[in-house]
Amino acid sequence: MRPFRYERATDAASALAGIAAPGATFLGGGTNLVDLMRLGVETPAVLVDVTRLPFCEIEDTDAGGLRIGAGVRNSDLAADPRVRTRFPALAEALLAGASGQLRNRATTGGNLLQRTRCPYFQDVTAVCNKREPGSGCSAREGEHRNHAILGWSEQCVATHPSDMAVPLAAFDAVVHVTGPDGERALPVEGFHRLPGAEPQRDTVLAPDELVVAVELPPLPAAARSTYRKVRERASFEFALVSVAAGLDIADGCVRQVRVALGGVAHKPWRAHTAEAALHGVPATEQSFRAAADAELAQAQPLRDNAWKIDLARDVLVRTLVELAG
Amino acid sequence: MSVAARSLGAPLSRVEGGEKVRGEAVYAYEHQVEGVVYAVLVTAAIAKGTIRTVDAAAALASPGVLAVLTHENAPQLAERDGELGVLQSPRIAYRGQIVGIVVAETLETAQEAASLVHVEPDAEEHDVVLRADHPTLYKPDTVNPDFATDTEEGDVEGALTAAAVTLDETYTTPAEHNNPMEPHATIARWQDGDLTLWDSNQGAFAAAQAIAKRFGLEPSRVRVLSPHVGGGFGSKGTPRPHVVAAALAAKVVERPVKLAVTRRQMFTLTGYRTPTIQRIRLGADRDGHLTAIAHDVVEQTSTVEEFAEQTAVVTRMLYASPARRTTHRLARLDMPTPSWMRAPGETPGMFALESALDELAIALDLDPVELRVRNEPDVDPESGNPFSSRNLVACLREGAERFGWGRREPRREGRWLVGTGVAASTYPARRRPSTAHGRREEDGSVTIRIAAADIGTGARTVLTQIAADELGLPPGRVHVEIGDSGFGQAMLAGGSMGTASWGTAVVKACRELRAGRDEAHVDTADGAEAEEPLSKHGFGAQFVEARVHADTGEVRVPRMLGVFACGRILNPKTARSQFVGGMTMGLGMALLEETVVDQRLGGFVNRDLALYRVPVNADVGDIEAIWIEEDDPHVNPMGAKGIGEIGIVGAAAAVANAVHHATGVRVRDLPIRPDRLLGRLP
Amino acid sequence: MASPELVEIALLVNGEEHRLEVDTRASLLDVLRERLGLTGGKKGCDHGQCGACTILLDGRRANACLALAVAHDDCEIVTIEGLAHPLQDAFVERDAFQCGYCTPGQICSAVGMLLELELGWPSHATADVAAEPTLGHDEIRERMSGNICRCGAYPNIVAAIEDVAS
Repeated sequence: MRPFRYERATDAASALAGIAAPGATFLGGGTNLVDLMRLGVETPAVLVDVTRLPFCEIEDTDAGGLRIGAGVRNSDLAADPRVRTRFPALAEALLAGASGQLRNRATTGGNLLQRTRCPYFQDVTAVCNKREPGSGCSAREGEHRNHAILGWSEQCVATHPSDMAVPLAAFDAVVHVTGPDGERALPVEGFHRLPGAEPQRDTVLAPDELVVAVELPPLPAAARSTYRKVRERASFEFALVSVAAGLDIADGCVRQVRVALGGVAHKPWRAHTAEAALHGVPATEQSFRAAADAELAQAQPLRDNAWKIDLARDVLVRTLVELAG
Repeated sequence: MSVAARSLGAPLSRVEGGEKVRGEAVYAYEHQVEGVVYAVLVTAAIAKGTIRTVDAAAALASPGVLAVLTHENAPQLAERDGELGVLQSPRIAYRGQIVGIVVAETLETAQEAASLVHVEPDAEEHDVVLRADHPTLYKPDTVNPDFATDTEEGDVEGALTAAAVTLDETYTTPAEHNNPMEPHATIARWQDGDLTLWDSNQGAFAAAQAIAKRFGLEPSRVRVLSPHVGGGFGSKGTPRPHVVAAALAAKVVERPVKLAVTRRQMFTLTGYRTPTIQRIRLGADRDGHLTAIAHDVVEQTSTVEEFAEQTAVVTRMLYASPARRTTHRLARLDMPTPSWMRAPGETPGMFALESALDELAIALDLDPVELRVRNEPDVDPESGNPFSSRNLVACLREGAERFGWGRREPRREGRWLVGTGVAASTYPARRRPSTAHGRREEDGSVTIRIAAADIGTGARTVLTQIAADELGLPPGRVHVEIGDSGFGQAMLAGGSMGTASWGTAVVKACRELRAGRDEAHVDTADGAEAEEPLSKHGFGAQFVEARVHADTGEVRVPRMLGVFACGRILNPKTARSQFVGGMTMGLGMALLEETVVDQRLGGFVNRDLALYRVPVNADVGDIEAIWIEEDDPHVNPMGAKGIGEIGIVGAAAAVANAVHHATGVRVRDLPIRPDRLLGRLP
Repeated sequence: MASPELVEIALLVNGEEHRLEVDTRASLLDVLRERLGLTGGKKGCDHGQCGACTILLDGRRANACLALAVAHDDCEIVTIEGLAHPLQDAFVERDAFQCGYCTPGQICSAVGMLLELELGWPSHATADVAAEPTLGHDEIRERMSGNICRCGAYPNIVAAIEDVAS
């Protein structure tokens, strides 16, 4: 780890002033950043600690949704009764992630900004376009059994590891950020990028912008939602594939549906094709299967991960079937 | 010749338990040594080649850096070759090999400086993947530790041709890593030519001897201290390169040096279980009597040392068959040297053999337990010697009863496919000479000193019980000190020989004290031990219930039962923990563990505890271990067989057999991952 | 090469304040172990993947290896050395450890976990995430899955926790 200066921001203004310094990075709970610094992947010269900013509340919005401060710890967010009753998939996703110890420190903002766990990305002695653009992708023809099946590029086949971000993408959440040029509201769906030709950029966030809050609109489909995470180990492991799904059913038909997939792409994958196929149709396994087929039709396997496409399809169907009850 | 029981057989809590739960037990890196400085390793990023230049200027210029050792400036060792020939040559033999050591006043400084050391290699083409048809396959002289490489009895080919039923399948196991919770670590201090090492190892005396040899020192000049060791599972059986590195660094900077191997570095510097490719051929008559067994193994070693895992050796003694062949072939790869990982040989070998037996049982429409009973040998098939005691059948029967084996039908529970499986388990019961010292203190208590190791086995506690009973004292009046090479030769904790070896020495020492002496120095190598022509092994049976998710291929094991016959169980509390610990490792082997090799990268990919999956608490359901007491006076005065390793043996096969029972899918390649099941599930 | 950034901080550990100068890069784990002689918390992986370094930060369990010392000078830090808890006797009685290296982390984690249960926090094992969780095998196993034990003492760890929690 290279030496760095440590600063503690007290408000948004001091945070933005701090980040303007060369080589500065924001520090949240540290559960990903410190890990990456110890690996030599991240080498900031200045850490601006934003955990003492007044962004630690979960508030009801006038619209009937929730506004989650960027500094809210994952464990507090998962334990909040409003999240558990109105957005259960979000609570389930948080609880399926990491460990109790990590959830106590990880923040909402940090969780969104965490970086891929691709082993080649984490190994500074391995070739990686995300760390060094243009150097190559070790996973493309290497060990990639658990890498992307959707939206990957020749430059990068990594997946986004967050569980929390998957239901946020499904439920039309909006990320509020602030920067030297003012405030922006970014839909979560567009917050994370596909790798394209610039795999080094995980999100559309500018380096000097700070995540302030995540806002969830009220959503009937979110009240009847769930998060299914498939993994080899029974706990404390990233997803092979995960599904965040919410259904609002009326008279046996789908009135509103929200679906996002995790573990399959460089970003949480909002399943628009599946949703479109499900609008207004009978909430049956047959419909769910057709929708899943339509969504996964755009999947592209790597040499060793075609099985993930079938898995994603089956888990999506099964999750919707169980949700429909 | 058995030891009368009073403390033995009682579930005595671990004598060092209080220290461990209060955080007072001191492990290697934690000893307070005055003036200590920090060393961090620099490792090779290529698998094969020669170092052309090393640029340590930036590292040396960092404030607080005391030295950067490389092959260019490191002191010469007396023995310069092999894994312990650290910094003795510019040759790189595997990715992750030590190519430099940075020493600094603080850990943070040393870590950063290590990343600034620039090693420029001339890389050569490397070869890191094991294949059944690898061009360099050769026959080693022996397999670990000293077994014959190949054996053959009877006419295997003829018997296979004539057999009513045959099976010919190949099973594979991946590389697996021991991953004890405590990373390997050493503090090295030179004082007037004497070297003291506070070290994490499975045998202080053996470690001292090995290091003394490397440095060309009289053995008495090296002292190794390891009172508490945070697990080993074989990886701390012999010193690893970092021990030499710490000693070299301390020599150069003339200050005590502490060095811990990072978890990532453990994947290349502290040994691992070789991948195996095993072909099993079985021939049997219609009643399930084996007429031929052939077990041919392909595995790997490095280019710097030979280690040949004795994978097929278990097939030489487990089942009766008039014809039998076992072979081992090694490929030399540009990889680190494999070495011991819990029950080397038996563990991978029994996965293959016990899976094959299950397949044979199904082909014959025979109960898998019954098939094994039918092939129970009267004597050791290889040597012709009688077994000192063998209760495999009793374990199978007892386990079948307890597990509800008779009512065995695969079933569906919601989206889960549920099945059961069984496998046999076995491990040799051996012992080696050890010395021990006993002294009666003024207050009537007794101190026993022996360079034994307690790596979590409970050895310290059991030795206390052995001594207590032998002396007729309550265990609280006996103080056992271990983990100090200064106590003289003692067997290392390995091969499940610890308690057997040390206990025998402790008994001998206590008998001398009881005979009236105030001090006793004993060596069990003195007594001429009759070479009894007996085959000594512990046995067991593993039963597993597995459930497989029909949509995802996730496998969960809600129930595991191990029934063991391992002589006399000296401490039921610690014994149960050992059995269960082994079975848990077997569960990991079956479903989760593999270190993946990438040919282009030139080595292991998943070098951390997130991507190398060991079982977590939620993976373990109801797991039970019970035993059948045996009275075997031939193994040692305590009548106890080693139990530290048998728990893992057969467990993976039992899981694979249960998965097959549940789904009809036979997985012959570990681990049993969802992608190996998906698309094949009913 | 950049010089280390050294900062004077005061750490509140087990009720006692310690003033010391630390490298900004130093983890709380390394400061506890190497500077304060509190070697109870263990370094198993240094990357938050094993839980052997678990301590209590303001009453909540956390991995000390990923906590920078400089960032935690306003926290109440409790390590195994500062705990006197019935769990410790329960662990010995139930043989909830073997080599002992993960044990301080297991115990600190269990203390934190029991508080989380008491607060009504659900877990991945809670069937209905909106409902109150109830103590049971599955809940304990899931909640303790952030503490790896290679010796495989899990069933006994669960038993020891149940002994104390009930």
